[in-house]
Amino acid sequence: MSRLELVKRTRTDEIRSLLRTERFPHIWCPGCGIGVALKCYAEAILKSDIPVEKHIIVSGIGCSGRAAGYMRLDGYHVTHGRPIPFAVGLKTARPDLEVTVFSGDGDLLTIGGNHFIHAVRRNDDINVIMINNFTYGMTGGQYSATTPNGARTLTSPYGFIEGTFNVPYMVAALGANFVARWTPLHDRELTRAIQEMFKIDGFAFIEVVSPCLIFGEMNNIPPLEMLKHFRKRCVIDHDADLSKVGLSTDPDQPIVLGNFVRRDRPSYQTRYRELMEKIRGGGGGRG
Amino acid sequence: MSQGLLKPGVYFMRGNHACVEGALIAGCRFFAGYPITPSNEVSALMSRRLPQVGGYFIQMEDEIGSIMAVLGAANGGVKAMTATSGPGFSLMMESIGLAAMTETPAVIVDVQRGGPSTGLPTLVGQGDLMQAKWGSHGDYEVVAYLPNSPQEMFDLTIKAFNTAWAYRIPVIVLADQVVGQMIEKVVVPPHEEIEIVERKRPEVPPDMFKPFDSKYLVPPMAVAGEGYRIHVTGLTHDDRGYPTTSHEVSQKLVSRLVRKVRENEKLIGEWEEHQTDDAELVVVAFGITSRSAMRAVREAKREGLKVGLFRPKTAWPFPHWALRKHVERGADILVVEINMGQMVRVVKEHFANLVKIHSMTWAPGTVPPPETILAKIKEVYPR
Ligand SMILES: Cc1ncc(C[n+]2csc(CCOP(=O)(O)OP(=O)(O)O)c2C)c(N)n1
Repeated sequence: MSRLELVKRTRTDEIRSLLRTERFPHIWCPGCGIGVALKCYAEAILKSDIPVEKHIIVSGIGCSGRAAGYMRLDGYHVTHGRPIPFAVGLKTARPDLEVTVFSGDGDLLTIGGNHFIHAVRRNDDINVIMINNFTYGMTGGQYSATTPNGARTLTSPYGFIEGTFNVPYMVAALGANFVARWTPLHDRELTRAIQEMFKIDGFAFIEVVSPCLIFGEMNNIPPLEMLKHFRKRCVIDHDADLSKVGLSTDPDQPIVLGNFVRRDRPSYQTRYRELMEKIRGGGGGRG
Repeated sequence: MSQGLLKPGVYFMRGNHACVEGALIAGCRFFAGYPITPSNEVSALMSRRLPQVGGYFIQMEDEIGSIMAVLGAANGGVKAMTATSGPGFSLMMESIGLAAMTETPAVIVDVQRGGPSTGLPTLVGQGDLMQAKWGSHGDYEVVAYLPNSPQEMFDLTIKAFNTAWAYRIPVIVLADQVVGQMIEKVVVPPHEEIEIVERKRPEVPPDMFKPFDSKYLVPPMAVAGEGYRIHVTGLTHDDRGYPTTSHEVSQKLVSRLVRKVRENEKLIGEWEEHQTDDAELVVVAFGITSRSAMRAVREAKREGLKVGLFRPKTAWPFPHWALRKHVERGADILVVEINMGQMVRVVKEHFANLVKIHSMTWAPGTVPPPETILAKIKEVYPR
């Protein structure tokens, strides 16, 4: 065995040690991007300086939401749309933990949209990895707030007409400290971006634009074709004008990727602790 | 530890404030809430007091966020609560089911107001009694306390924390607008005399630990970051916490969730009685209504009627075994409540056809006056 092979093998073993392999086979379709994103998260944990037992994963409901159940971490699989407030409570009460929300676009931006925007506004010190597969995968492929206009879904059989979130643009405008977008084809960049999230005090967000078989099927794009589509259309531009990075089904439109935003706004949790120290230093007692 | 907590003594205090001070003494160090009348005094005082005692306060974007943040904190090993009123309580229901299913302890204070929907925000009601028990979908059990004074807002909030952390369940303090906002004498006993219950901790190493071990009625609780690396899900799960559709596991899990409370109802259930020994009519009333009923019952006695008061301090479990004694003596029952007849259904469930069960319903957003209750007592008094 070559040195390189050996290194690779130990790496794989280490990653496996972070997965609940006794629960495999997992529920994800072959060709789905969620598993790759989860592997990148595991890899980033291994590379982080934070002890494994301090890494916490919180997921909502959906295909992506099953992530919490496959990681050998303290993992919380909560109600649909609510992983962010759960994570906010956990992180606020336990500042020593590194809390990552891993969930879908429907969960985080549609039913959970209100929690999402307020967590960014407060700049809660959590990491959010959002799988954007353009649809509600788990329930059979209905449209969500990230479905591109014109796309066919179970509930937009004539093509989607509602309008679509330009996610990085929105999250950047809300004031997040870190905003990135990658795909499962960019596993190294994605892993590095997740490592970066762990270092940030404040709201850190990655949109993982992900192939979905159910979505592809309804739009006549076979799984492999979808990946080729991604490969062809992806452009890395860290300094992109975010107002122009909205996603569409147009094969000639680029899918712009990158680590777009890096800011240092102090998190709610940091500001609260400072406030608490000031108040307690000032004598405490009953005011 | 007791630094910054309310010192033992006699205070003149608002019910909602007594609730806060009780919670802090019980060990609450996290509060998340959303403004709503008539519970606002809870969050306002929490925002001032929590940072003083090293705890965390957050006003969330809605009540769903509030209860979810509470569940997050509780799973981090920090005692946590929220406070709300009807509309917010409705929004919390799905998450209360999550708390029951994941065996996450939490305290939810519902300062009841009148009417369905937005109803009577500033006026009293007791119409959330059934919702407190049945509000979330599927089968589970909760405990709900019924304070009738600022003193009990203090005492029963502490009990609510103890019960939640002993049984790993959501516990509701079902207060009402009057009890929450009235100002009265509150006695804070020496802290060392106050019983405080903590979670049962895992006793085995992580590789042997099963977070939902069904050999226990209430399994020991591991919290985030302790190294147990547990999986917690609202899906039906086995002893390891892993999702399953096994019929056997589902039957076992759901049974255990309800048995936690049902098998301990006599340990948890609380009530109080006045002049019931030889009563031929027992008035059942709770919360603020019990104060008015007490006056009516005393007046009735003065007028020569054998009437007593039975006051449940827990709605759930309902202390039916204690009321049964009077039913067996042949006493009739009159239930007085500020709703259209919720507790009377429970009384009928236990004692229908054994004695006469009367109901006085009330929904104007006021406390029924003693005279009105007295008139009803005279109307239904057995002769
Ligand atoms: C309150 C509530 N409403 C609806 C559902 C049904 N439901 C389960 S998963 C899901 C959508 C998940 O979509 P997304 O978050 O995009 O994740 P994906 O499955 O695509 O990864 C829905 C609507 C639910 N579980 N709870």
